[in-house]
Amino acid sequence: QKRAIHSFTPRPVSRSHIARTASDPRQAPVPDGDAQGPLQRPGPRRRLRQPPQGLPRYAHSPLSPPRASAVWRGAARSSDLSGFFSVCLSGWGTNEALIISILGHRDAAQRRAIRKHYADTYGEELLRSITDEISGDFERAVILWTLDPAERDAVLANETAKKWHPGNPVLVEIACARGSKQLFAARQAYHDRFKRSLEEDVAAHVTGDFRKLLVPLVSSHRYEGPEVNTRLAHSEAKLLHEKIEHKAYGDDEVIRILTTRSKAQLLATFNNYNDTFGHPITKDLKADPKDEFLKTLRAVIRCFTCPDRYFEKVARLAIAGNGTDENSLTRVITTRAEVDLKLIKEAYQKRNSVPLEKAVAGDTSGDYESMLLALLGKE
Amino acid sequence: MVAALANWRRQPEKRSGFRKSFPGLFKQHGVIERCEDEYMLHLAAEFSRFKNLMVLWAMHPWERDARLAHHVLHQAHPAAIVVEVACTRSAEELLGARKAYMALFHHSLEEDVAYRAKDKPYCSLLVGLVSAYRYEGPKVSDDTAKAEAKALGAAVKSAGGGKLVENEEVVRILTTRSKPHLVQTFKYYKELHGKYIEEDLGSEEALREAVQCLATPERYFSQVMAAALREGADHHGKEALARVAVTRSDVDMDGIRAAYQEQFGAKLEDAVAGSAHGHFKDALVSLIVGK
Repeated sequence: QKRAIHSFTPRPVSRSHIARTASDPRQAPVPDGDAQGPLQRPGPRRRLRQPPQGLPRYAHSPLSPPRASAVWRGAARSSDLSGFFSVCLSGWGTNEALIISILGHRDAAQRRAIRKHYADTYGEELLRSITDEISGDFERAVILWTLDPAERDAVLANETAKKWHPGNPVLVEIACARGSKQLFAARQAYHDRFKRSLEEDVAAHVTGDFRKLLVPLVSSHRYEGPEVNTRLAHSEAKLLHEKIEHKAYGDDEVIRILTTRSKAQLLATFNNYNDTFGHPITKDLKADPKDEFLKTLRAVIRCFTCPDRYFEKVARLAIAGNGTDENSLTRVITTRAEVDLKLIKEAYQKRNSVPLEKAVAGDTSGDYESMLLALLGKE
Repeated sequence: MVAALANWRRQPEKRSGFRKSFPGLFKQHGVIERCEDEYMLHLAAEFSRFKNLMVLWAMHPWERDARLAHHVLHQAHPAAIVVEVACTRSAEELLGARKAYMALFHHSLEEDVAYRAKDKPYCSLLVGLVSAYRYEGPKVSDDTAKAEAKALGAAVKSAGGGKLVENEEVVRILTTRSKPHLVQTFKYYKELHGKYIEEDLGSEEALREAVQCLATPERYFSQVMAAALREGADHHGKEALARVAVTRSDVDMDGIRAAYQEQFGAKLEDAVAGSAHGHFKDALVSLIVGK
């Protein structure tokens, strides 16, 4: 069943904490020359078929190649935003298909340009206008998709920290399935948006061994280079094996290795573990299927070694069985759409013998389904 | 000196006169005046101190902090310097230092800190301090500050002089909260418990330094300078003179001078002038006093 959106927008009075950007939108009056009243503006479908004079035709196709040129920006202003004008202010209902076709087929730079132009021209946040018109899982998918990757991570992290429970994987995904720079950009976006630091909120809401693991994990700024010390990899693999044997899963050394070593070094350590002991380290961490801490450790390791298979599993578990975990499905698709969604789709096909699009179509419906399919088909 | 090189050309007697009139460096040894080894070492030390000071001053602050941290970590110096760098720099500067450290040494700073401080009790505190990216704005939640002051008080009581530095709550508060928030928290601590928190943290060096660096950096630095200028200060203590002068001269040197005046009743530049010599002294004093 569809989940209420309330968990995502805890303050129903103002939705500004989702929709606003770091800089205040300038209060630009609607330019009189451009504006025609909603009744006079041609309908969106006609707009799409007839490109305005003087603009190259490619700018109109939903699959237009991403180009941050002035020509495209002109197109964004005139065609896309006029689309929004009629969508959001027409009072004749919202054209969800237009929202999907415009936003769903743009990359991060284009979406940012659209938001900026919208705010400059109409004096209101695009996301706020959208949230006033649509709701439910579709709204959540559109919002998460339209935000910048850094803001998206910050919003997801804030939501997770506030209602954290053991076994919640979102913080692990943000910390491990992103590069150092993206994680850091997320932390900065968190500062701007929530006026606190990410590690502050995580430390305040997470307890016990999880806190010992998650706080250093989100504060890490790992070395990004390829340099690896093989002797160190071997000694740390042995150390990890020893700690796991003694079931000291929350040991300081284990946490130190997982939260500070660079990605290349960790991969070398895990490979070394496999070579030395004959099986991957995740196998040894399956001692107790109910232990959430072990699940978290496994998630950390898998996000480093095989992020596409990790997210495939998240998607699979979200779709399988009765009902759908829309939040997880939305999270996987919107956060990985510009990263490695293609690999995730391939992994899904391999594991389930069914394309991910088909599974999503079978399990979701309406505008939410169209949005997810648009993002899945973006490649 | 350089002018003498030209003027005294082909006049060995002038040089000999120079040697005779410089009894510190030269001692009569039979027919010739011979250099004193000790004084040569002393000269080398003075010149190298000056050279180090100038190089340190000229570097980009991020690289400077990265090299300082690396030097400390790989020479087993006391952890105080890492605490100082982590706590007294702004969030952006600390991030820049971490990036510079990665570029220079191909490891992340927290990696090396965690590895070197592996078995020490202050390991988690140090790693947390170094990886912090604190919120820089002035917004402080009074309720949270009060609650955390209570929590700190409870932790101090329950530790009873034991391993307060390993207490998770204390480490969490010190390594994640923003600096204005911590100042407020310590104020509430004084109101609630009647004592300053530094006094209650008596024996735990790392914790006390962290608290001082976060809340009152100027007093901390003036104490470091005083320790360096005292008689019998060791090598690390003396290095502190150059380090503090260079790293803080752009930032809050005036505050440090005021704090020194308040604490020790003398002017910092006079104390430094009394203790150092030559160009090193001039460089230090100009860094401290400025224009």
